[in-house]
Amino acid sequence: MSTSTPNAGSNRIAGHGRLSPAKTVTFTFDDKVMTALEGDTLASALLANGIHLVGRSFKYHRPRGILSAGPEEPNALIDISRDSARRQPNVRATVQQVFDGMRAKSQNRYPSLSFDVGAANDVLGRFFPAGFYYKTFMWPKQAWDKLYEPIIRRAAGLGNAPEEADPDHYANRFAHCDVLIIGGGAAGLMAARTAAKSGKRVILVDENPDFGGALLSDNTVRLDGKSADEWTTETIAEIEHLDNVTLLRRTTAFGYYSHNMVSLVEQVTEHMAQPDPDLPRERMWQVRAKQVILATGAIERHLVFADNDRPGIMLASAGQAYLNNYGVTPGHNIGIYTACDSAWATAFDLKKAGIAIAALVDCRAEIDPALLAEAEALGLRVMKNHAITSTAGRLRINSMTVEPVNGEGKTDIPIDCLLMSGGWTPSVHLFSQSRGRVAFDEANGRFLPDVYTEDCISVGACNGTNEMVEALAEAAAAAEEAIKSAGGKPKKVKPPRVEHASSMNGFLIGAAKGAGPDDFVKAFIDFQNDVTAKDIRLAVTEGFHSIEHVKRYTTTGMATDQGKMSNMHGLAIAAQTLGKEIPEVGLTTFRAPYTPVTFGALVAHSKGDLFDVTRRTPMHDWSEAQGAVYEDVGNWKRAWYFPQAGEDMHAAVSRECKTTREAAGIFDASTLGKIEVVGPDAVKFMNLMYTNPWDKLGVGRCRYGIMCREDGFIYDDGVVGRLSEDRFHVTTTTGGAPRVLNMMEDYLQTEFPEWKVWLTSISEQWAVIGVQGPKAREIIEPLVEGIDLSNEALTHMSVAEGKICGVPTRLFRMSFTGETGFEINVPADYGQAVWEAIWERGEPLGMTPYGTEAMHVMRAEKGYIIVGQDTDGTVTPHDAAVDWAIGKKKTDFVGIRGLKRPDLVAEGRRQLVGLKTKQAEIVLEEGAQIVDDPNHPVPVPMVGFVTSSYWSESLGHSIAMGVIDGGHGRMGDTVYIPMENEVIAAEICNPVFYDPEGGRVNG
Amino acid sequence: MDNAMRINPLDERMFGGNGVSLAPVGPRERISLRADEKTAKALGKALGVDLPFKPGSAVSKGGKTALWIGPDEWLLIGPDNGSISTTLSQTGKQVFSIADISHRNTAVTITGPNSTAVLNSGCPRDLSLAAFPVKSCSRTVFGKAEVVLWRIRKEEFHLECWRSFSDYVWKYLADAARSA
Repeated sequence: MSTSTPNAGSNRIAGHGRLSPAKTVTFTFDDKVMTALEGDTLASALLANGIHLVGRSFKYHRPRGILSAGPEEPNALIDISRDSARRQPNVRATVQQVFDGMRAKSQNRYPSLSFDVGAANDVLGRFFPAGFYYKTFMWPKQAWDKLYEPIIRRAAGLGNAPEEADPDHYANRFAHCDVLIIGGGAAGLMAARTAAKSGKRVILVDENPDFGGALLSDNTVRLDGKSADEWTTETIAEIEHLDNVTLLRRTTAFGYYSHNMVSLVEQVTEHMAQPDPDLPRERMWQVRAKQVILATGAIERHLVFADNDRPGIMLASAGQAYLNNYGVTPGHNIGIYTACDSAWATAFDLKKAGIAIAALVDCRAEIDPALLAEAEALGLRVMKNHAITSTAGRLRINSMTVEPVNGEGKTDIPIDCLLMSGGWTPSVHLFSQSRGRVAFDEANGRFLPDVYTEDCISVGACNGTNEMVEALAEAAAAAEEAIKSAGGKPKKVKPPRVEHASSMNGFLIGAAKGAGPDDFVKAFIDFQNDVTAKDIRLAVTEGFHSIEHVKRYTTTGMATDQGKMSNMHGLAIAAQTLGKEIPEVGLTTFRAPYTPVTFGALVAHSKGDLFDVTRRTPMHDWSEAQGAVYEDVGNWKRAWYFPQAGEDMHAAVSRECKTTREAAGIFDASTLGKIEVVGPDAVKFMNLMYTNPWDKLGVGRCRYGIMCREDGFIYDDGVVGRLSEDRFHVTTTTGGAPRVLNMMEDYLQTEFPEWKVWLTSISEQWAVIGVQGPKAREIIEPLVEGIDLSNEALTHMSVAEGKICGVPTRLFRMSFTGETGFEINVPADYGQAVWEAIWERGEPLGMTPYGTEAMHVMRAEKGYIIVGQDTDGTVTPHDAAVDWAIGKKKTDFVGIRGLKRPDLVAEGRRQLVGLKTKQAEIVLEEGAQIVDDPNHPVPVPMVGFVTSSYWSESLGHSIAMGVIDGGHGRMGDTVYIPMENEVIAAEICNPVFYDPEGGRVNG
Repeated sequence: MDNAMRINPLDERMFGGNGVSLAPVGPRERISLRADEKTAKALGKALGVDLPFKPGSAVSKGGKTALWIGPDEWLLIGPDNGSISTTLSQTGKQVFSIADISHRNTAVTITGPNSTAVLNSGCPRDLSLAAFPVKSCSRTVFGKAEVVLWRIRKEEFHLECWRSFSDYVWKYLADAARSA
């Protein structure tokens, strides 16, 4: 797709820039085909093609151009796509590299960029003051949801979110290092070079495609006699091959967390035309560093004057970067407006490149004579102690009006571009995120790192060290110190000799001339959220005196650029309006992320199959082949029911219950929690953890155990088998497995560390196959070796060890259905084969597989509770009518004192009972409230609620359980369940609906 | 009747490429041993493997490995023949606990120059040779799964997890390996 166009845009300046004119790429902007050079950002490519107008502003829909050349860009937010699924809105054109075939579209305009109907807001601007939405759309209240909000949402906002699923993949990497250096400008490179020599692990990150920072656009400075580019290239070459050094380009450190944990996001393929599909689009790095060196530099501020936002108005540093780094001039007749020396260097570079400079306006009265001399030598028109008070040009600036700072007299000067500088704001974002405290540097109008809380140090421009020679020395010293603190031996590296470094002196924060309290002009401080100097003053006047309130009321600094350029101006204007000093007003909090981070990078591997763990039982493949429908229980997939052709859930569950009761059913109980409790003190421990007595439980016998919390409420339950004097096989609920083990370990480690008893989770060691029903024994008997399954030998609630299908088994005779039943534990890898062998035997005998729903129905028919369904953390064993499981002679167990509390032994507690609807076919809704008198005036007193409710095919009527105030004493009473369209009458009954004598389990 | 067939969730899985190979570890005997230091020393003698007392270290001998998991806890891994439990259950009157977890856990071997990068996609531990040398082991996390990680050689790791987590762990490893 490459073309042979030599210059890739009419604004390329031959012999300037670091890009090769031989390598061109083609892209489209608003469907217009354009050419760029490889390495161009979208911004430099657009400027090369003469385009400044790239978007419309957020609130007033004012035409906006490219303002910066870096991550601080508030205006040039573009929709970038490769194809329909790979589209991303709000990409900063100043950091997005152009790739061959890239499609870029401007945003927030309709129908086109140059004619936008939303711009009417600009004319109506006086009616959109700060807090406009808060003040206006208050009435009528109902109109907010249906009228105002949808319209405002459509009109406001930035780009449109992509509609298709993201087809790309993302990666995550944890990393550790001795020294993490953030920022690869002069200071960062010097620190890296020094730290690397020690052999300690060093990571150097920079958000740009190339290291160098501001050096990349500095044509003047000489380091050890070399150009900035040469010195940078040599420095990188010196450290890049070292095993102890990791260099990360296109990587932004966006979050600084406690204990020197720093999050980085690396853009891996965003700049590639044809990325390898195996490469992640972005990679998240979570770095734990012993020491962090912050070399994050400084960000240039704009100046606050009337109509300072026209396309063609840019930061001076951006103009310099476009010329020296990309070989692009932003204009051909350029005005400069500055309060800082650094813009003079930009003017000199442009002039030397043959670009006309219409005037260099500096609002300062005193200027460094060296600068004045050089300006004179170059023939520049210098207007010191002057200000720009207005600009003209609808879609691009075409003139500026200059006035003396202290006097009258306007001069209109035609220009096609205006470069401005209000000085530099040190990037203390990450330092501040690390909970470091900043201090105000009055003399230079900036906040600087003051008190550190993490093991980090700031060097260079982010530390206010603007002179390069000092910054390099500071960086080298900091690296030596960091290596020492990380336990290494630092090696001295001599910083290079610096010549011809440019100055960053001078600044202006707050409104410039012509944007004062009495001037009715739009002088923007926050370009992305369209906040003007006037808005800040209005907020203060209306009573918002805290800077945090001013921020929220005006939304200054709240856009995606987080006010990188605007915060200091907003603060200065607020302070001036309040009549306070800047440190008294304070700074808003810096929060992660430093620049926007995609959800993809944060999610990394955790999507699709890896979104969460899906736990499958050993017999999952079998149940899947049988067409089971699954329910999620925690992370487990459990077979819910097994529909046959034409069956709905109701039919399947009814059949599964009926078949199990009449013949047999096979059930996958593998997810049950299992804990092996072993040691001479095992029985003592069991006595403590469970309400039941365990001393007399014989080896080979089982018991249903109840576990309470200290407050006396039921925590978990399960059947426990005693395998030997000192070994118990404890089962827990599926969901309760981890917390039960945790609670047991907690008691053991904190209260009874001297006891000789140990706990091991064996939940997944054993696959559990439940075989229940009158034919259960007949089915499994031929497969079992070494265990007498007869009713006399293996009575209900017994356990024996032997073999089934030639593999070891812990075979429990127990029942959660009320039928004769077995739970066959086999080592998990054998689960499916043993299951299949049992199925082969059972199927001809009429056995059905049944799922968790049928299991729930059958246990409810027997009145067996499910902890967490029939109990809710306020139910005692007495309330649940399982107080028979409390050892009456026991002197201690967890919950024993809780159970004696007056409220827990009081009359009238909510107790678990059975409920039988008067009309047999009505199935109650679980959770439905129960009342005594449905005709009682509202509010009707509630006496309880339904906890479990099913259709019982075996009994031919519905069954339910519920908790009712004083329920145990109310057998036979009628209660009412008011529903939306009817009131259902039900009788309180014994919850054991099926086989109340309980003979069937002993069959 | 033939004995029941053993099916492991990682059976027949393989991954290779991008400087890393993944392979399921076949059946092993795995015992969770809990004992005090004195008893552990005696049990180590019986087993022929000196149980490690240095936190996070592993000792291998004669095909058996003892991994230090906690102050009184070791994970013993050996051939799938029951010899560890047989030996330990014949040690007389010592007081300790063994629980068979041969089927609870399964494992993956990760080999190749990119193995640490792949593991560090989901495991936050420092896996440099200085911080996690050969013969180190650790109970740690990989993504959302609890695992035991053991470094066998410079570029060979053994990653143990619970059976039902193995599908997740394997897929995570493969996803990470693809983009390592």
